[in-house]
Amino acid sequence: MILDDFIKKFALQYDDMPNFFNADTNFREVDGWSSLVALSLIAMVDEDYHVELTADDLGVCTTVKDIYNIVLKKVSIA
Amino acid sequence: MFNNKFNVDEKRILITGASSGIGRETAIVLSNLGASLIICGRDENRLKEVQTNLINKEKHILFVGDLTDDAILNNLLSITDGLDGVVLSAGIVKTLPIKFLNKDEIQNIMSTNFEAPILLCQKLLKNKKINKGGSIVFLSSISGVLKAEMGNGVYAASKGALNAICKVIALEVASQKIRANSLCPGMVFSPLTQNGLKSISAGQLAKHQSLYPLGYGTPEDVAYCISYLLSDASKWMTGASIILDGGFSIN
Repeated sequence: MILDDFIKKFALQYDDMPNFFNADTNFREVDGWSSLVALSLIAMVDEDYHVELTADDLGVCTTVKDIYNIVLKKVSIA
Repeated sequence: MFNNKFNVDEKRILITGASSGIGRETAIVLSNLGASLIICGRDENRLKEVQTNLINKEKHILFVGDLTDDAILNNLLSITDGLDGVVLSAGIVKTLPIKFLNKDEIQNIMSTNFEAPILLCQKLLKNKKINKGGSIVFLSSISGVLKAEMGNGVYAASKGALNAICKVIALEVASQKIRANSLCPGMVFSPLTQNGLKSISAGQLAKHQSLYPLGYGTPEDVAYCISYLLSDASKWMTGASIILDGGFSIN
């Protein structure tokens, strides 16, 4: 699992690609963040990484890297 | 003496999806009301757990199997006769935005939620397994009938399709005095919805529940409405879509 790929795939879930988006970005503060972007992120993780990300997981995350770490952990034990 | 048409105690009822949620609670309620049941589900252990909660255990039959499988459907047909009611409550949900749909996901949900109940219904009718005066109850949803939720496209489509075909079935079976109605519940706490809720935060859930004047429903709330539809008290009701949503849709 590669962090740069994850960041790109995450950014694609916003209707308009964010101008600035990296591992340290607070994803909720990016323009366009919505419940549908959250659903899309969960679906992307399921489709591309084959693990289940939940709303509870998202709830404890602030940055893109936080989510990446959770997905990475789930992938490693899957 | 007053003839209580709400009674279902002489009735023989087939319930699909009986191992969990609304189907499970319907089985428990109907057994308490004296009906004889055929309870169907995919998971033997869960179905046995439901059986332990039924009254008059000797009156009921357990049937384990996946009704999307033709051979299993035929087995069920072979042990079934003289039904007064059918409750089609087996269903699955998967939250997936439209952009992430694919053939397999569509087929998976449509097969369980739409094809299987319709093919069961078709076989029961063709083989005359449903008595005159019998009642067929489809578990639809407000989703796909009155309301839409993001991420719920195929589920909504499957429930909308059930709701539509139910009306056609109602017309086609009316000459046999068989009735077909669909029940459209709003949000009911059950294992099915718990699973769907994994993609919703606690804050979003609280906000959503506040849109329900009577709060979210329970499987038991739905089971009593099903009991009414199975009873002769509803003998003039067919082709109806009953909204059961704690006031959500009028709010």
